[in-house]
Amino acid sequence: MNLILKVWRQDGADDEGRFETHQINGVSEDSSFLEMMDQLNEQLLEEGNEPILFDHDCREGVCGTCSLTINGFAHGPENSTTTCQLHMRKFSDGETITVEPFRARAFPVVRDLVVDRSAFDRITQAGGFITVRTGSAPDGNALPVPKDDSDKAMDAAACIGCGACVASCKNASAMLFTAAKAGHLNLLPQGQAEKDKRVLSMVSAMDKSGFGNCRNYGECSAACPKDISLDYIAKLNRDHVKAKIKKIFA
Amino acid sequence: MNLDSKIPEGPLSEKWDNHRFSSKLVNPANKRKYRIIVVGSGLAGGSAAATLGELGYNVDCFCYQDSPRRAHSIAAQGGINAAKNYQNDGDSTHRLFYDTVKGGDFRSREANVYRLAQVSTNIIDQCVAQGVPFAREYGGLLANRSFGGAQVSRTFYARGQTGQQLLLGAYSALSRQISAGQVKMHTRQEMLDIVVVDGHAKGIITRNLATGETKAWTADAVLLCTGGYGNVYYLSTNAIGCNVTATYRAYRRGAGFANPCFTQIHPTCIPVSGDHQSKLTLMSESLRNDGRVWVPKNAEDSTKNPNEIPEDARDYYLERKYPSFGNLAPRDISSRSAKEACDEGRGVGPGGRGVYLDFADSISRLGESAIRERYGNLFQMYERITGENAYQRPMRIYPAIHYTMGGLWVDYNLMTTIPGCFALGEANFSDHGANRLGASALMQGLSDGYFVIPYTIGDYLARSGTGSISPDSPEVKEVMESVRQRVDQLTSASGKRSSRSYHKELGQIMWDYAGMARNATGLEKAIGQIQDLRDDFNKNLLVPGSGDTLNAELERAGRVRDFLDFGELLCRDAFERNESCGGHFREEYQTEDGEATRDDENFAHAAVWEYKGEEKTPTRHKEELKYDNVKLAVRSYK
Repeated sequence: MNLILKVWRQDGADDEGRFETHQINGVSEDSSFLEMMDQLNEQLLEEGNEPILFDHDCREGVCGTCSLTINGFAHGPENSTTTCQLHMRKFSDGETITVEPFRARAFPVVRDLVVDRSAFDRITQAGGFITVRTGSAPDGNALPVPKDDSDKAMDAAACIGCGACVASCKNASAMLFTAAKAGHLNLLPQGQAEKDKRVLSMVSAMDKSGFGNCRNYGECSAACPKDISLDYIAKLNRDHVKAKIKKIFA
Repeated sequence: MNLDSKIPEGPLSEKWDNHRFSSKLVNPANKRKYRIIVVGSGLAGGSAAATLGELGYNVDCFCYQDSPRRAHSIAAQGGINAAKNYQNDGDSTHRLFYDTVKGGDFRSREANVYRLAQVSTNIIDQCVAQGVPFAREYGGLLANRSFGGAQVSRTFYARGQTGQQLLLGAYSALSRQISAGQVKMHTRQEMLDIVVVDGHAKGIITRNLATGETKAWTADAVLLCTGGYGNVYYLSTNAIGCNVTATYRAYRRGAGFANPCFTQIHPTCIPVSGDHQSKLTLMSESLRNDGRVWVPKNAEDSTKNPNEIPEDARDYYLERKYPSFGNLAPRDISSRSAKEACDEGRGVGPGGRGVYLDFADSISRLGESAIRERYGNLFQMYERITGENAYQRPMRIYPAIHYTMGGLWVDYNLMTTIPGCFALGEANFSDHGANRLGASALMQGLSDGYFVIPYTIGDYLARSGTGSISPDSPEVKEVMESVRQRVDQLTSASGKRSSRSYHKELGQIMWDYAGMARNATGLEKAIGQIQDLRDDFNKNLLVPGSGDTLNAELERAGRVRDFLDFGELLCRDAFERNESCGGHFREEYQTEDGEATRDDENFAHAAVWEYKGEEKTPTRHKEELKYDNVKLAVRSYK
């Protein structure tokens, strides 16, 4: 395949940034999108240019490191697929492909297509855990968990923390990410003790990090490579209201 | 080199108890006076940092990724073993211990493995309490599945994403300690050297990947939890960033490197599709529970549509050769059998390097929805990569480098030959011998981090006392200077070839001569070729851009440079080990029907390599492995 790539270049957070256009020929249909980017980078090196920087690591769709907004879609146009799992057979020969970073105020650009998503870590640090001292746990089967609850918790826990939800939301809201973590823990009996505190602190950390408000557009869930459902946002809203009311009357 | 394994006295089942009692403790009020560096944030590093922080130590944790949640433990699919015996099917601590020692082809250390089996049950309890959503039965209790190399069901799992869920559990515990101020997390930081003062590990030098700043960090102990070296083969199931630099640099500063030739080739990966390939993708071994492995009986059939090949023209070779374990034969045996079938010209798919993993029988027995429930995400991943639907057409699989059993030599306390420098998880060598059983890596990483190091580090710290040195001391500055020089040298490389091209070439040499089958002639040839390649690298490497900003080419160049040295060490170790055992198959040492021939008389030891200087041949030391509780037997899965 021969392709034209319009790629975003930016030297640092303070740089204005610009698009660069490159022609790349002889791309295999069996390449992943990132392997095509590797090939382009080898070509840039040969031409004496600096390669394009992008984040990636496991290349099997689970670490959440890869990002990229491809032709306007976070992780590209293919549903339920991270950029590293997107294959070139989904594009056509001669196509022009636009590649941009995940854009959001809370995700400042580090360089080129690499962004800083540490705001997600701060949300987790605020309450995305169950307090359990190592060594103090009861037997694993001491507390039966209904299979349905466990399955729903797992659906939410499948979130890879990539940030596609934020990048695809026009308000750059982190509600789906926050709701997935809170939902995973709040659905389990182990997570009940800290439930109220958890939702209040996670939502507050989210707001402080500069993410926008959720308006229920649903773009986040549509763009999510792990298909995290909007139901978790509804659940977080309910849990949040309950926690707030309890706080008022406590 | 002092290789005292410090195995505690007493019967096997009482060693860990005895050791915990005789270990010195650090008073709770004194713990805050100690600083501990943890390099890596995977299952071993994340769980260690969280637990040590919780105990009251001051912890600095480093990872090269942009978040600790992204460490490659996250990609483990199948499960985690524990001797819970919830299935009432005959499991016990002793059986898990025995299976692991046998699975490792009798090249691991008995006492360490027994401890691993003992604490395995605590890991499950801990993870459940953290909210890890393990698979459950309808009654709400935990579900189990069986895995290669075992005849009991002892594997706990969270769909096909067990590693992800366990890592997120450790990450949540770590996050709690970060918010409590007990752990300081340093992301996008790569460790480039270790600081040893008066024989003790006292700090590390890092490069901030985003700003290029090199910096010294000092502490009372250093924990290397930096994973394995599978990427020396270029194509592996490891993440692109996985590298040997941290452990290799510790080796150069005096840490013995044990059994580098013990590498694991995983039988069920998606075959290579072409030259563009940057990594290989694993299909969980759990698929072998319901999939049957076969190739056509006749080479002429190998290009046919598999669904048109009749039953009697198929060779279910694992079921034929190993009737009692069948498709669940251990990884090394399954991998080698696949290679044999392909070498005979019966391989399928592009280049004839693939075998079928067929679910047709299970689908007709259990229904497609049951298979979808168990492996849906894996089938989906397979389709994305290959464009084929495995519900309708058998999967194509082929072995790939997946895990490395070798690593830094550690004693029973997980301490390397540098006092104060510990190695945890895949970075050490101790528990898996020459071959690791499925679902045991997660167990070992978490065992080391949650339940072993918190006890053993206390003993070291209590004995050595606080003694953190200043980052401005001359010993630290000297190491810092050598790191800066190395980085500057790479940054100024203005030749013609990219580091990736060298990495690819190295990987090809490694795969050809030190892959699934090895022989003395080939290994000697590989050593020569690697040396030539390294010379060329030093002359013709090209690194664009500068060192004071994010520069992926510079990062890769540094890692490949260390792989070029390390690959030679691996080949040297493989050359010296004149036997076949586990993942190390030497063609000279096999029975008539192609089974591995171990040499217990001469090789029942861990080979530990000591660095002797640039361009000098390292020295091979031995830790004799004594088996008081198991009888060394020919490992048979027939």
